[in-house]
Amino acid sequence: MDTVLQQLINGLSLGAIYALIALGYTMVYGVLRLINFAHGDVYMLGAFAGYFLANALDLDASPSIAGAIVVTLGAMAICGVIGVLIERLAYRPVRHHSRLTALITAIGVSLLLEYGGQVVFGANPRFFPQMIRAEVYSVGGVQITNQNLLIIVVAIVVMFGLQFIVHRTRIGKAMRATSFNLSVAKLMGINTDYVIAFTFALGSALAAVGGVMVALAIPRIDPLMGLMTGLKAFVAAVLGGIGNIPGAMIGGVLIGLLETWLGATAYSTYRDAAAFAVLILILLFRPAGIMGTATVEKV
Amino acid sequence: MRVTTKLLATAATIGLLLGLNYLFEHGFGDFRINAYYARILNLIGINITLAVSLNLINGLAGQFSIGHAGFMAVGGYSATFVTVYYGSAIAGLFGSSLDEPAGAAVVMLVSLVTGAAAAALAGLAVGIPSLRLRGDYLAIVTLGFSEIIRVIILNIPAVGGATGFTAAIPITNFFWIFAVAILTIVIVRNIAASTFGRVLATIRGDEIAAEAMGISTTRYKVLAFVISAALAGVAGGLSGQLFANPLNPQNLNFVRSIEIIVMIVIGGIGSISGAVFGATALTIMPEALRRLDQQFPGLRMVTYALLLILMMIFRPQGLFGRRELGWAWLRRRGPAAPAAAIK
Amino acid sequence: MKQRSAHRILCVSTTWLLLTGVLLSTVACERKSGGATDTTGDILVGFYGSLTGDGASFGQSSREGAELAVDELNAAGGVLGRQIRLLVEDDQSKPEEASNAVTKLITQDKVVAVIGEVASRRTLAAAPIAQRYQIPMITPASTNEKVTEVGDYVFRVCFIDPFQGEVLAKFAYNDLKARKVAILRDQSQDYSVGLTDSVAQHFGRLGGQVLPPVSYSSGDADFKAALTRIRGEKPDVLFATGYYSEAAIITRQARELGMKMPILGGDGWVGDALQNGREALNNTYISNHYSGDNPDPIVQNFVNAYRKRFNREPDAIAALGYDAIKVLADSLTRAQSTEGPKLRDAIASADVPGVTGQLKMNAKRNVDKPAVVQEVTYAGGKVTFIYKTTINPG
Repeated sequence: MDTVLQQLINGLSLGAIYALIALGYTMVYGVLRLINFAHGDVYMLGAFAGYFLANALDLDASPSIAGAIVVTLGAMAICGVIGVLIERLAYRPVRHHSRLTALITAIGVSLLLEYGGQVVFGANPRFFPQMIRAEVYSVGGVQITNQNLLIIVVAIVVMFGLQFIVHRTRIGKAMRATSFNLSVAKLMGINTDYVIAFTFALGSALAAVGGVMVALAIPRIDPLMGLMTGLKAFVAAVLGGIGNIPGAMIGGVLIGLLETWLGATAYSTYRDAAAFAVLILILLFRPAGIMGTATVEKV
Repeated sequence: MRVTTKLLATAATIGLLLGLNYLFEHGFGDFRINAYYARILNLIGINITLAVSLNLINGLAGQFSIGHAGFMAVGGYSATFVTVYYGSAIAGLFGSSLDEPAGAAVVMLVSLVTGAAAAALAGLAVGIPSLRLRGDYLAIVTLGFSEIIRVIILNIPAVGGATGFTAAIPITNFFWIFAVAILTIVIVRNIAASTFGRVLATIRGDEIAAEAMGISTTRYKVLAFVISAALAGVAGGLSGQLFANPLNPQNLNFVRSIEIIVMIVIGGIGSISGAVFGATALTIMPEALRRLDQQFPGLRMVTYALLLILMMIFRPQGLFGRRELGWAWLRRRGPAAPAAAIK
Repeated sequence: MKQRSAHRILCVSTTWLLLTGVLLSTVACERKSGGATDTTGDILVGFYGSLTGDGASFGQSSREGAELAVDELNAAGGVLGRQIRLLVEDDQSKPEEASNAVTKLITQDKVVAVIGEVASRRTLAAAPIAQRYQIPMITPASTNEKVTEVGDYVFRVCFIDPFQGEVLAKFAYNDLKARKVAILRDQSQDYSVGLTDSVAQHFGRLGGQVLPPVSYSSGDADFKAALTRIRGEKPDVLFATGYYSEAAIITRQARELGMKMPILGGDGWVGDALQNGREALNNTYISNHYSGDNPDPIVQNFVNAYRKRFNREPDAIAALGYDAIKVLADSLTRAQSTEGPKLRDAIASADVPGVTGQLKMNAKRNVDKPAVVQEVTYAGGKVTFIYKTTINPG
């Protein structure tokens, strides 16, 4: 029984990471109908930004909560800027081209960040400094690390924060309006360029949080780390209903649990494929996702 | 009359290819082709098949698939499997062996046909569920299928798993590679100029309108998908049986699929000449950029990525757009494209 | 209409072919008879490795070891009175690229020998090329058995997986008194799969119980699920037969789950990122090619020279790259020639003292040398490998 509980905790932690990244995907898709392939790589950049900041603050030698917060906020700021830059330089010029063009551009940006990362940072993995000393709590027969708890708590806080922004603020209203119909939103006097930039910044900042959290728990970072994780997070976003924020959380957790469960069975080698299998099944039987609403395509 | 011309042309092409193959392998007098260039040429041929077959589904039918590497894998592994485990037996049936040209040719044919069939089946299995989806979702689903295929192959010890898989006697040669490449071009060109092609063009233009006009879009999309997958499978079979070129699941991943997409994007989605050009350029480019890589390792791939982005921003229709290279040089257009093809 | 298009395209493609043919014959042709090997000027030695991609750490290490050896040889006057020039090509961690690189090195650059690769699957891809053109290839660190079976021009200076597995199994059984072991293997790396099979086989033969291996893929970052399952089986020892990046995280997560048993690994654990394991690395052991703290002057000279030049500690892969060049140089001197067949014969009879042990080439073109088992410790931010014991072949 304690194995099951342990796997549950493992799954929730993993799921929380996917959820953090999925939130960013879902927001950008909601507003722009664009699958931002590069999002997973922004997550990677967040981890690297955190890495350099943490080293600059020499947190490995003297870990502190305050230091960790500074590093996280710093990484968020850096990635927010990166997100806006990507949007401005790569996506805006192709915004009025076909969606396929935009998708290919997104793929291009993703490749650029990955291989550029390898050139700039070197291909070797780096080890993230331990900003917060790991502690393991034993509850029953189950081991939980404080990092696991942190990830789960942060993901929940972030989700509520995001819901607040989207549903209770003006900019959130503008985001929702833009996602319904960009041209009409513009006619209504909304500065859609600004809203889109804001969305990217917000999504990227979230990815950065994910990157720093993950690097804390699993301190190996390398320029290609965003690839697979990003894809699985995308699956999570679709599973939950793309464009839907609580959906992204639920999707993330479900994918995390599924992967963990599979990892514990004889089919562990198929773990990677599992996320995609889920995606295919979801798109076949309930394309709107768990929380999404089916949209009718207007001719 | 027409049929005779076609037959003559085919015979002439085969003859020419056989002749070139001979020159390739034995040289001319005291000259022969340098092995490095020979290898690159062979890789170009394989990539042409991959690019043109992908163009059928991405360009002509307008369905965005990022799963081509998966079909290449299925076809490649099936074909190589046949040669490795049944090759000698098959060659023996014809009184020959794998070492001799006759035996090798027969085995090659059988293995490629097997590869095509297996990949076609995979295309069917992937196409039927996926092609009900549109645009971005289709892209991700095809990517997903390709990854699933890859993971499955990784787990089959009989085909080498992570170590790689190849035949002891590599039977791919210039003739087969370019015979297949030319065949692929002919098939896709014929489809493009046929009624089937026109249906695909309509689906590409506006799928809902096509459906409303009574065209069973899913059926045609799946058909195009299957043909495209089969051709990719043949390319895979050729690739895996090329000298010093084992199949490896790690390299038949979606990065590979994206490399093929870049080829047709650079050349122009929807243009066969564009696909050929893109395949050639992007096979040569990494080799040509080796010097650059020695100073700054990794710069090659960065150049790739930048190229892709810049092309999308400044010339999304690619080099050739939808145009083809023909006798009426550059003034010819491909099959009638509805005005709203690339928005 | 249909026929005309098909006909047309046939004509067009044939024209293309002819044009290309003409172009190629002017650019890509060479003389068959040409290529009597250069007897003056620098001796060109080819090196191919993963300088980018997921194998980059190994590629860079082996390159540095090789370059160090080349520089030392050149400083001492070179070989056969000529300087050695190392031509380095990147294969991006892809087998196909490895073949491209080696084809280029052999047929274009006309190297006299090729050094490379570290990952067996890339060496397996490129070795047939060396065999075909009769240019000797020495792999510094590919441990898969099949590599030297490709042909008599392929050699290696490291031990092979079956031997390494035997070493680990013996150590676990005899020294750690383990009777029930679990194995966590990287199913996407042929190295790990081969080593796992070997460990399981030998441990079973010694009379121990081997639980069915649990698999993961390179790049995975979360092993809690698999480890939890293993934890439930209560093994005496856990083998992690993959590479250093994952090994670091595996050890950490295992300790976080309360698993305190010894964790064992192979030479694949040797890499910078192992540091990630931190304190979890205590009570782990690896089999390795050599031990940096071996007081033998040949080892210490190497370690000091490497440290001075590259500013960090050399790993086993660098040491092997170094040894590969040393074997090549020694063979060139004995052969008194750079011709393929003569050089090959000289390498086949090599018996050179190397950093990683006495390198005596056996009939299968592998070296019979012992492996060391080291205990891994982590203290003060550094990983140290402490020599524990030597296990001899046979």
